Amino acid sequence: MVEVIVYGIVLGSIIALGSVGLTLIWGITDLFNCAHGDQITAGAYLALLFGGLFSRIGPLSNPVGPFSFSWGLLISFIPAIIVSIGLAVLVDRLVYKRMRRTGAHFITAFIASIGVAWAIRGFIYIIWGADFHFYSQGLRGMVFLPAGIKLRTDEIFIMIVAWAAVAAVYLFLGRTKTGKALRALADNPNLARISGINVERMLIWAWGIAGLLVAVAGILYAIETQLRPEMGWIFLLPLFAAVILGGKGSITGALAGGLVLGLAQQVSTLFLVPTYKPAVAFIIMILVLIFRPTGIFGRRTA
Amino acid sequence: MSKLRIENVVSGYGSMDVLHRLSLEVEEGKIVTVLGPNGSGKTTVLRTIFGVLSPKEGKVFYNGEDITGLQPEKVARLGMSYVPQEENIFAALSVQENLEMGAFIREDDIRQRMEEVFELFPDLTDRRKSRAGDLSGGMRQMLAIGRALMLNPEMLLLDEPSTGLAPFLVEQIFERIQALNKQGVTVFLVEQNAQALSCADRAYILEGGEKKAEGTAHELMNDEEIGRVYLGR
Repeated sequence: MVEVIVYGIVLGSIIALGSVGLTLIWGITDLFNCAHGDQITAGAYLALLFGGLFSRIGPLSNPVGPFSFSWGLLISFIPAIIVSIGLAVLVDRLVYKRMRRTGAHFITAFIASIGVAWAIRGFIYIIWGADFHFYSQGLRGMVFLPAGIKLRTDEIFIMIVAWAAVAAVYLFLGRTKTGKALRALADNPNLARISGINVERMLIWAWGIAGLLVAVAGILYAIETQLRPEMGWIFLLPLFAAVILGGKGSITGALAGGLVLGLAQQVSTLFLVPTYKPAVAFIIMILVLIFRPTGIFGRRTA
Repeated sequence: MSKLRIENVVSGYGSMDVLHRLSLEVEEGKIVTVLGPNGSGKTTVLRTIFGVLSPKEGKVFYNGEDITGLQPEKVARLGMSYVPQEENIFAALSVQENLEMGAFIREDDIRQRMEEVFELFPDLTDRRKSRAGDLSGGMRQMLAIGRALMLNPEMLLLDEPSTGLAPFLVEQIFERIQALNKQGVTVFLVEQNAQALSCADRAYILEGGEKKAEGTAHELMNDEEIGRVYLGR
């Protein structure tokens, strides 16, 4: 039971990471970005690429302390994140900015994002093929805690990194002027423009933050499981559910929603066949849409 | 001298025109109000002035300068602030953050200005850290105006600040608007509530996107026909 909860938190942390960028972009531009899941995949494969390169340098191929992955992979976080940020901003400039300028309907942008998703995945299939990949073949260390709780050492790393990344973004959004403007924009785009906030400049930040967090989410998820081209796509449903649960444009909501989704999906495996995990996300999403369509932390109208 | 002037403006949504060759003027240092029923185009006037909508025809002049079609984020930099009627606060942000966002384009120290706004609306002071979405209707309206004041604007555009407020609050809001005006802020106030005449210098009556009457607030208040037809007396 406790292990299920711990794994639920691990999964929830990864969903939470992905949902922050999603809710920011949704709040600001009305775009529900279907490529978000595949951007997670791209982040994971980028680390595979850079990790492989770094690990050719002898000492970097050794595992980091008690963890399963190598120093090369740990260092590859940096270039993978940078490329992921660049990719996110580039896609926005090339695809969605154009659509905003011509005043395209948000459904059009939504469908375009499905195209971007397929393009990213197609690219990954071409380069890495459909086979599973692993960051390392090494043994996965375990930690034994009191009360008979077993944890993988990797899972401790995942939780620390995920929540450190979330905390950093949370502080940025809560304490800096740019961060507050991003929240203001996601909350009420019209009023933000009236206040003199430049939407296009802020969107570069929003996509950049999204790119950063999806890369971290992808790498962490691949450490926990394995890399395959659909790994991110299947995250899309829990991501949407988390963001809808949290409410449009709400960062706190998305974080809480991510945790709830991860826990609910994992705890459901105690009663249900794991195949039904996505159904749990779907049911939560439908219930929220029926009973509280503005989400838990969403915009309330007077 | 005219602070703001619109000339023969045609504006609306999609193929539907709401304003039909409308011309209005706001003199520097005055409170000018536009009265009219729902759907008469009052909100469209403000949106067109602030660049939320681009007029299909006609011109908008501010301080004698042509600002027709300028984007709202640029208009905000000209010393004009706009308080929309609905969704006029950042509900997910705290009261203080709302005011900070009002001053987004200012690079200097805004603390003093924030204290001045809190002095003008003392009720907000104790709620600094509260989520703006949790405030009552009257406090939201105060905050909405407070946000717009953070820029020290020369001119304030207000869209029906009295909507949904209890009569004593309406009076309070109009009193604050007059106080601001005494400090030198030019006010352009759009209202459905004829009480707005009590604080205004001059007024227009708008219906169906056309100007039906204009004059000093005093003249319109005492005009029997206008009172009967447009002000519901």
